[in-house]
Amino acid sequence: MLNSLVLLVGITLMYSTPLIFGAIGGVVSERSGVTNIGIEGMMVIGAVAAASASYFTGNPWLAFLIAGLCSGLVALLHAVASVTFAADQTVSGVAINLLAPGLALFACRRFFDGAAMSPIAPKLPKIFGDSWMAGTVWSNLNVNVTTVIALLLTIATWFVLYRTKWGLRVRAVGEHPAAADTLGIDVYKVRYICVILSGVFAGFGGASMTIAIISQFTQTAISGHGFIAMAAVIFGKWTPFGAYGACLLFGATQALTVLLGGGVAPIPSQILAMLPYAMTIIVLILFVGKSVAPKADGVPYVKGSR
Amino acid sequence: MSKLEKFLRGRFAAALVAVLVGFVVAAVVLAAAGYNPIGSFAALFQGALGKPKYIANVIIKATPILLTGVGVAFAFQTGLFNIGAEGQYIFATILSTIVGVKLNLPAVIQVPLVVCSGVLGGAALGAFIGFLKARFGIHEVITSIMTNWIMLYLNNFVVSTDTFHKANSTAALPINPSSYTMILPNWKKSEAGKAFLSNIPWLREVLLKTDANFGFIIAIAVAVFAGYLLSRTKLGYELRAVGYNRDAARFSGINVDRSIVLCMLISGSFCGLAGALNITGISPHTITTLAAQEGYGFNGLSVAFIAGCSTVGCIPASLLFAGLIYGGMTVQQVMGAPSDIINIMIGTIVFFIALPGVTPLLADMVAKRRKSAEEVRVNKDGTPLPEKEV
Repeated sequence: MLNSLVLLVGITLMYSTPLIFGAIGGVVSERSGVTNIGIEGMMVIGAVAAASASYFTGNPWLAFLIAGLCSGLVALLHAVASVTFAADQTVSGVAINLLAPGLALFACRRFFDGAAMSPIAPKLPKIFGDSWMAGTVWSNLNVNVTTVIALLLTIATWFVLYRTKWGLRVRAVGEHPAAADTLGIDVYKVRYICVILSGVFAGFGGASMTIAIISQFTQTAISGHGFIAMAAVIFGKWTPFGAYGACLLFGATQALTVLLGGGVAPIPSQILAMLPYAMTIIVLILFVGKSVAPKADGVPYVKGSR
Repeated sequence: MSKLEKFLRGRFAAALVAVLVGFVVAAVVLAAAGYNPIGSFAALFQGALGKPKYIANVIIKATPILLTGVGVAFAFQTGLFNIGAEGQYIFATILSTIVGVKLNLPAVIQVPLVVCSGVLGGAALGAFIGFLKARFGIHEVITSIMTNWIMLYLNNFVVSTDTFHKANSTAALPINPSSYTMILPNWKKSEAGKAFLSNIPWLREVLLKTDANFGFIIAIAVAVFAGYLLSRTKLGYELRAVGYNRDAARFSGINVDRSIVLCMLISGSFCGLAGALNITGISPHTITTLAAQEGYGFNGLSVAFIAGCSTVGCIPASLLFAGLIYGGMTVQQVMGAPSDIINIMIGTIVFFIALPGVTPLLADMVAKRRKSAEEVRVNKDGTPLPEKEV
């Protein structure tokens, strides 16, 4: 029983970490009023950048930062379209989701002689070092360092959004950009920064998959994680801790699937695999109810328009 | 306003410019990576249009994404983002396969039954998503994404069951041939058919070497019908009114909740039709185990957005999209350049479609240049402007 519980916690934290990064990125962008459907694409870029950089430099920490930088650059595209050109943000996000995986695979094949996956690269450390309690069930609690970073990032985002002048500005821009503008807040600048940050965080999420959980980039390393993260943002009602909780819940049902899949219950594995997704819908119906987006979310701001 | 100017302000010009930019960006990426862009594009066109067989395959590939595109565009015009097209497509393939395997009736009854079961499946799933939004206020994007995955695993479950699994394969049993919607499936293989076709080489190639089927004709009819429904009927007006301003629509007596469910139901039925026609029209005429989403729904998003969410516009957009994807495979074979370049190209096209104001900007430039040109002509003649004459 205890063993199962420890295993459950360990797997939950492992599964949820990349989602948390993506979801916090989504929260930051959407609170400033820019819908970000492109999280998935940005995570893929982060994933390939991290694995490649870690392989070539041998330094996973540097690779982690490079992943954030690369995804931030992709997010810049989304920012230019949705802030400067007042583009339809959904369309622009979908474009990023097409462009980024194409770019990622193209780069991967270019770097590694046409292979759609990278070689094994150095990984980020675990929090208690690699040999802690090895072989016992407790080693499951020796989580990746990215799990801790994700938690710290969530707390930091909450603090900035709700306890600083800067956060108030972001929220004001997301709720009523025209009012914020009249108070001298540079709406465009705030949105640019938030969208780029969301890309950086999503890049970290991709990196936490390819240089922490697994140790290489593959075509399916990021498959739908960005979309789940996006759902977690809405599920968590656009708050950092809400999104964090939504990701944990999702990770926990994934972990449950893994545990039950070990022959404990006589359920076909395919039906078990539906559990996290079905559970999300059920929880939403039963407990969460209506979610209200930031008022200006998805609406381009054009100076001087009413 | 000159003709050029009018053209530049239209939606078609915006799409055209976006496509051009897509090619330019792809050329730059190819050149930067050390591949010959001209040769790659030649391979692309050769691969998409080089033989009658290739053109037929492009049309076959365009069919499902035209239908999912119409589904997405339809929902988008009424203010709903149906990112669940993928799940609705998969659900339809599952139901069509089940009905097609279990029943074996004369084609006249069998085909409509198999197709309808898929359409109903897609419609039901779409309506479910709409219902959750209308009744519980759950964002359609969440439920769509979740149902996409649930349907993927349901697909894998059905494939794995004893009743439907085809031994020693990753596929389910194929549907009974009476459900096929290919063009003249029996005649083209008969002696008379072969004799007739031997005189017309291109038709022979298209009919015998591809799964040429009736799907695209149906899909075009659906695209036109959807456009008619939206812009010419009371129902379409109500649906769009809900999309523009929910509160105003409610105030004017429209049942908003019913509209949301209905819109998703219709959108889902289009996506379902895409799945059903793929099962009846294309070999292997069954579902297979899926490791990842196949992308029919997600490609439908791209098609819808390239078309500027016009349902009729989805027809050329789907052909363009399918042509790029199908021709892109040749790029890899001939030039060795990763076919992922096509995704970069399509992404760029959609990205530039998203940017409004690029072509109107050009239109402004044209207007400006014409004005200044007129002035120059007057000055060159040495005659003063009429206003100054007075």
